[in-house]
Amino acid sequence: MTTGTGSPEVARAVRAHVLRMTSIGRSSHVGSALSCADLLAVLYTDVLRVDPAHPDWPDRDRFIMSKGHAGAALYAVLAERGFFDPAVLHRHYQNGSYLSGHVSHVGIPGVEFSTGSLGHGLPVGAGLAWRARQTGRPWRTYVLLGDGECDEGSVWEAAMFAGHHELGTLVAVVDYNGLQSLGTTEETLRLEPFAAKWASFGWEVTEVDGHDHAALAHAMRVPRDPAPARPRCVLAHTVKGKGVSFMENQVLWHYRPPSPEELELALAEVGG
Amino acid sequence: MRNHFFAGLLAAALIDPDLVLITADLGYGAVDEFATARPGQFINAGVAEQNMAGLAAGIALAGGRVFTYSIANFPTLRCLEQIRNDICYHHADVTVVAVGGGMAYGALGMSHHATEDLAIMRALPGMAVAAPGDEAEVGAVLTDLLAGGGPAYLRLGKTGEGTVHTRPIEAPRGASIALSRGGEVLLCSTGAILEVVCRAAELLDGDGIRADVTSFPWLDPFDTAAIREAARSYAAVVTVEEHSIVGGLGSAVAEVLAEAAGPVPLIRIALPARSLSVVGDQEYLRTAYELDPESIRRRVRDHLEAHRGLASQVR
Repeated sequence: MTTGTGSPEVARAVRAHVLRMTSIGRSSHVGSALSCADLLAVLYTDVLRVDPAHPDWPDRDRFIMSKGHAGAALYAVLAERGFFDPAVLHRHYQNGSYLSGHVSHVGIPGVEFSTGSLGHGLPVGAGLAWRARQTGRPWRTYVLLGDGECDEGSVWEAAMFAGHHELGTLVAVVDYNGLQSLGTTEETLRLEPFAAKWASFGWEVTEVDGHDHAALAHAMRVPRDPAPARPRCVLAHTVKGKGVSFMENQVLWHYRPPSPEELELALAEVGG
Repeated sequence: MRNHFFAGLLAAALIDPDLVLITADLGYGAVDEFATARPGQFINAGVAEQNMAGLAAGIALAGGRVFTYSIANFPTLRCLEQIRNDICYHHADVTVVAVGGGMAYGALGMSHHATEDLAIMRALPGMAVAAPGDEAEVGAVLTDLLAGGGPAYLRLGKTGEGTVHTRPIEAPRGASIALSRGGEVLLCSTGAILEVVCRAAELLDGDGIRADVTSFPWLDPFDTAAIREAARSYAAVVTVEEHSIVGGLGSAVAEVLAEAAGPVPLIRIALPARSLSVVGDQEYLRTAYELDPESIRRRVRDHLEAHRGLASQVR
């Protein structure tokens, strides 16, 4: 059920979409969206078993965008994947639109769960994974977390639960770009030793280059077997603002929308 | 109330494999039977209410019908945003159950008084709010919750309140239950203080004041028709609740009277809008905060006497 378009092309299209969406909408979080564009492209191209023609298919893999502030990237990848017409993306952040700055499922095919307040996605994902086991269904559950989001205690409540119950069809993908709202993750609240934290909660941890599509696809694929197994944590090392030289690794682009001139420069860099 | 609730829930779970109970590590001696009879439908989420509420939303969105359970404010306020965003916004079939509504946990202190829960749950979009008055009402409300689903909040009292209603009752969503009719004043009650309100009515009867009692097991949806009717039928409407005076039954009645009904006097009897630091058991605390039968009687009698006196002066 793939569109026949490879993940690099989807990632490039997602980057172009989010640059236009945030520029036209004058919305924040373009850096966050660019950071996870490759993660989403690989998920929706090579990992998730979903059917754009039947978004409510009961046995679909579940994906929760817990870092809901990068909602533009999710909308873009869903549109590219055929859940809805990419032409509506320009309505992002507009009065009367469904496409809010943070992820909302209302009126948007393919959005599994609404987010925006951090720390909500992993508990819900644990519930979905638990339910798959309880009912003997084959879906897998993926949750994309921000690294700053992991400051939230609820993330670790769910991590402890999933580890204890060995929810092996649950995958937490952390967009580990090292920057959060006011600075680096290390300056703000130290995450390291990050992999060891997840491991100590009972997770199998894989660290990958979050822009290496082949490595991501390999790391994010887990068996559908509902038997007890350690849940998977993919620590994806990413670059905030990836793909646009003047946005990379700068907190500024957590907030600032690209001006029309900056948009043209950025689009040229991402090939949009 | 608690044991009555769990008996009803287990009976439903035995025939509905989608019904799931999650506790946040509370319910010693109460959840055991359910956990033993239906281990595949039971989760002890540990002392982690945010995760419990999120789990519930996830399970419900994949076809489960979930009840979360804990005491006092833990399953509500501790995870309020999860209830708002994850459960309410997604219309997830989750019923949040709190035992120990009001000051049922008595001397355990402020942390265990659930005295703002009704106001806060009532404010959430799409959230049904139930506070049954006795074990019979628990059964009737649970019947509706099992049929109609969540999002919902169920406030229970404690264990062993007994039954006030002497006849079989029904409490479909949004209905109130009149225990008597034809009196001079109407005492409106919500939650487990119903038995106290009934005793106050008996005291008033001894004073020659005929007071009817109506129980409101549902605060949302709310039986506005009953209040509009009361505005036409009674000399005064009195609300009694073991809850802050802000946002609960008294507020709900005031909203109806202000918008839709005539100028019937309203007496709101509730807890003061401040933190409660007096130590004592539930009965002691009810007396300390003037929620005992004698205090209710005094408030109503004083009002009526003043009202009558004023009326005679006008004449």
